[in-house]
Parts: sequence; C-alpha cells; structure tokens
Amino acid sequence: MKLYYDLHIHSILSPCGSEEMTPNNIINMAMLKQLDIIAVTDHNTMLNVPAVIKVAQKKGIIVLPGIEVTTKEDIHALCYFKDINDGLKFQDIIYDSLPNIKNNEEIFGYQYIMDEKDQIIGKLDKLLLSSTKFTINEINNLAKEYSGAMVPAHVNKTTNSILSNLGFIPKELKLCIVEKNSDQNEYLCKMIGESDYNIITNSDAHYLRDISEPDNQILVNKKDINSIFNYMTKGG
Amino acid sequence: MNLSDIMNQLDLEEVVKTTQEKEVNNVYIGDLLSIVMSKSQENDIWITIQTHVNVIAVAALVGISAVIVVEGMKVEQDTIEKAKEMNIPIYTTSLSAYEIACKLNELGI
Repeated sequence: MKLYYDLHIHSILSPCGSEEMTPNNIINMAMLKQLDIIAVTDHNTMLNVPAVIKVAQKKGIIVLPGIEVTTKEDIHALCYFKDINDGLKFQDIIYDSLPNIKNNEEIFGYQYIMDEKDQIIGKLDKLLLSSTKFTINEINNLAKEYSGAMVPAHVNKTTNSILSNLGFIPKELKLCIVEKNSDQNEYLCKMIGESDYNIITNSDAHYLRDISEPDNQILVNKKDINSIFNYMTKGG
Repeated sequence: MNLSDIMNQLDLEEVVKTTQEKEVNNVYIGDLLSIVMSKSQENDIWITIQTHVNVIAVAALVGISAVIVVEGMKVEQDTIEKAKEMNIPIYTTSLSAYEIACKLNELGI
C-alpha cells in the first residue's frame, strides 16, 4: 500500500521553527494535506515528539519518532526510532553532548517544549544549532543501539550535507536510504548514485505552509511503523 | 620544498609519520571535502578541521603531501589507520588555520 509521508518537519522547539509549528497545528496541517505518516525532527532534541504523538493518536495519523542530529562534521543526520522511549534515551545523550552555548532568543528564536494542548511547558537553554561531539559513524552506531535508523538529511544541499561536507558517502555506514530535498544541485545529485540508495524527499518545513503536499509516497505492506523501518533499513 | 624541512620548523604533533620524502608546492585550506576534491592540487599541504576517514580518501585522490588538523581537533583512530595504509602524514596543532598558514607563509610557501 501507498503511504504519503513527510518525515522532516521542525516544531517551535527548533530555534529556526516558526511559532505556528505547535503539535496541534502540525498534525492538523498534515491531516489537511492527507498525509499518512509524519515525523517531527527538531535539531538535537525530541522533547516535542511526545506531545505530537498524543495529538496524532486522536486523529489516525502515524508519527514516527525522529530527531535531526548535527554531527561533529556539521552534517545533518535524521534518526528515527520505532519506540519513543528508545528515542528519548538517545536524545538525552545527544542533548548532553551539545556544548554549553546558551541560546540567544533574539537572534535564534525561542526553544519551547509544548504539551498536547499546545501549552508551553518548558524551554531548552542550550543552543540546539550547535554540533554534537559525535562523528557521523558514531551517530549511525548509536541510533542502531537504540533500535533506530539513520538517514543523512538533504544530501543534495551545499551546507550541512554528507555529500558536501564529506565529499562522498562512506561505505562503512552501510546506508540504503538518503534524503534529498527539493533544492536541486545537479552536481551533488549526480554523486548520490541513485541505483545504490533509496531516496526519500521531505519538506524540512519550518513553517506550516511548507509541509509536503501528498506528492511523496513509499510502498509498504502495512500502515505501521515497522513497515517504514523495513523500508529504511532493508530498502523495502 | 621538502615536507620534512617544513615540518621540522613548525611546532606540530606528528600523528602519522612520513615514511617517504614528499614535495610541497602550496597550501590549501578547506573543510568541505566536496570543495577540497575539486579545488586543491597535488603536493599541497592541506589545512582542515575535518577528522573523518574520508579526509584520507580525498587526500589520496588529489595527491596531498600532508594534512594538518587544526584547532586541537582529535583525529579518529580509523582515519589514522587509513593514513598509515595510504602513506599520508597527519599533523595536529591547537593553532587556528590562519595562524598555521601564516607560519607556513613565513617559511616561504
């Protein structure tokens, strides 16, 4: 069966995510766009994912627990988890490894944690845009330790991408899937080696209007998180 | 200039030693390996903060004489192993890319 997806969306907790990106707004917009599965992947934190999952449970949309980690090499790597509890343990390690650089709200915006009623229940002090101390290989292994899967983000971008920062995709990562975004860079697209990797395309939305239309689909046997995981780790 | 003549005059930590004499023509500074692959030249000394094993693949591809890792960044073990295998020397320093580049310039490179 076909699942329409958008697996890279930022909430208000990401310094770059707009204030309208609340759990309820994200889920309602995803419903309007008739998406089957979404992931909220904030920078180096997953603390808004529990609220998004709670909202989604009432609406019949799947939320894949996710996070966008910044590696030591300044590469953005999406990590997804079958189980939110595993994801939250992983995110504790990620957040702890960020340097103690305080967020400047005037420059970077607020980093608000919300509940399922879109109420602010806390905020993060450390700047989430910093790099963790972990290499891409270490993040790949750490995600696996928590039964997760890593997908390099926007590989065709000229910044924060595995292809531009590392020149090519290291074979030892044993990846079968990468994310491309809509900004086409012909040179970097050519380097992906389309036959070697499945490619997913997400919105990387920072504003509600940017969440994907039902254009991108994956074919799975069943509408559940395990099927998505098989697609990401085994290619189908 | 000879690589060993240059390196003897700089206060660098030798992470992977040179086992054969190498010629140095120029210096390239960069951290995006995709750009380094297309812009750096054979026999360059390459200054970077990147420590991933792909650094060695790019250095071998271009024919880099030596890699200097700056800002006190620690080099990964698999990168060190690969550098030994490919015979590409790695040096580290706590100096910035600019500071070490100035020293190389003073030596006439």
